[in-house]
Amino acid sequence: MILLDPNVTALLYLAAAVFFILALKGLNSPRTARRGNLIGAFGALVAVVTVFFSTRLDNVPLILGAIAVGSGVAAPVARRVKMTQMPQLVALFNGVGGGAAALVALLELPHAEDAWVRVAVVFTLLVGAVSFAGSAVTFAKLQELMTTRPVVFPGLPVLMGAVLLAAVGAAAAVVMGGSLVLALLLLLLGLVAGVLLVLPVGGADVPIVISLLNAFTGLAVAASGLVLGNVLLVVAGTLVGASGTILTRAMAAAMGRSVAGILFGAFRGSSTAGSTVMSDRPVRSSSPEDVAVLLGYAQHVIIVPGYGLAVAQGQHTAAELAQALESRGIRVDFAIHPVAGRMPGHMNVLLAEANVPYESLKEMGEINSEFRTADVALVVGANDVVNPAAKTTAGSPIYGMPILEVADARQVVFLKRSMRPGFAGIENDLMFEPQTTLLFGDAKESLTKVLGAVKAL
Amino acid sequence: MDGISLLTITVLAVFVGFEVVSKVSSTLHTPLMSGANAIHGIILVGAIIVAGQATHPWVLAVALLAVVLATANLVGGFVVTDRMLEMFRGRKEKPAKPAPKVGAPGPGVPQRETKENTEATR
Repeated sequence: MILLDPNVTALLYLAAAVFFILALKGLNSPRTARRGNLIGAFGALVAVVTVFFSTRLDNVPLILGAIAVGSGVAAPVARRVKMTQMPQLVALFNGVGGGAAALVALLELPHAEDAWVRVAVVFTLLVGAVSFAGSAVTFAKLQELMTTRPVVFPGLPVLMGAVLLAAVGAAAAVVMGGSLVLALLLLLLGLVAGVLLVLPVGGADVPIVISLLNAFTGLAVAASGLVLGNVLLVVAGTLVGASGTILTRAMAAAMGRSVAGILFGAFRGSSTAGSTVMSDRPVRSSSPEDVAVLLGYAQHVIIVPGYGLAVAQGQHTAAELAQALESRGIRVDFAIHPVAGRMPGHMNVLLAEANVPYESLKEMGEINSEFRTADVALVVGANDVVNPAAKTTAGSPIYGMPILEVADARQVVFLKRSMRPGFAGIENDLMFEPQTTLLFGDAKESLTKVLGAVKAL
Repeated sequence: MDGISLLTITVLAVFVGFEVVSKVSSTLHTPLMSGANAIHGIILVGAIIVAGQATHPWVLAVALLAVVLATANLVGGFVVTDRMLEMFRGRKEKPAKPAPKVGAPGPGVPQRETKENTEATR
């Protein structure tokens, strides 16, 4: 195999790093985002091809086989996954990346002769393991393999403290002596710490933690780049670490939370209050025909789409309903909460898929003052993002999160599958208010019925 | 490469990272997260190097596992991000609207968009 000159290799890695920067830059605007992503993928291709021609490698057929297996598994899954399941898939991919970084560091430990290289090794091991295990838990939460509510048990902070202390001890020992057994122990402690870190995080905060773990994996990759002396890994990992940190803070700000509050809020104990209580207060429910009358004779309708709409794949029906109402001369807006769906910006993706015109998609700041003059607010499968408890009930898991002020509308119609509480695990008092009507059923079926009834008016 | 050069590169990369995503709108938070996710899959390069220099069978086995995981992160990450961004095609009609008003540059804008759209439908 012809080996490339080290300078050529360095230049090719530099090119790949520039492609990655352009990829992130492109993601700043919807118009350039897709091209940016393709540039990033091209950069990755350049880098992977370069490594085969710049380093003397054994086991090449096996490596190519492993690459084929990895792509063969991931690409079809990524192609076929439903848009609504996107967040857990991102979590999963992040986790395996963290795991890969930890394994690379583990295998490099015997070759790490300088103490500062071993510092980078233990950092990668620990952070990669935390990211792997933490992502696995967020995946389980989003896939509803386990409860989405915060899991807290007595002694959790103490256990967490003990694990971290042991990890610091093991890390120090590895840096000093390079023991492989202790490195394995450190890996194990990292896995436990990752689980313990994410268990107490509940509900709508999970996507923010995914973003944080994403940044962690970036840092682990950067550190593994230091271990291997590979500049591309250092640059790419650092880029992701830094941009992931910014993104995590931006997401947390969109929900009125602090990152520390998200991670450690549940330790304070009060946030699970009321989460298991389901009251039997009476609600008003009605038929699709009644809802159609309410909508058909309104002047201004605001549709508030949420996760339930996404799950039911009802975005196309919602778009049709909006069109039917508009053809009757009714003004229809879509009120998009920044975290509607299951991840920030997720709902925009879904409604864009259904060709809802851009001008009808209103962000929270724009639309909140308009609820006061709206005749009907139609809440489709959303719950937490319209829950007034976020403003009134201190200690509620969503307290402080900015909400859509649906309660101000003259009439509120909830399309809901059941009275089951939303993602945050708390009941919504708005459903028991006199101006509120509920229409039970699958969001798409209910919308279809309402649409039919509106057309028949 | 010496420590100081690596440190310089790292610090500069931190600033580039902060700068590049500092003004992103919440609309694109999800794709951005996913795109950044794909980029750290480049740990694949490290995994390949480790696997290519492995001499003990168990080292090779672990390294190959790392290659599989890293590839899944890299390939899956870019594919998933691409699918998400595909959904934003409808949005591109918006900047096309004011284009005719501008006159001369008008035709150029839709043209570029048709190109992107064909690319999108592949």
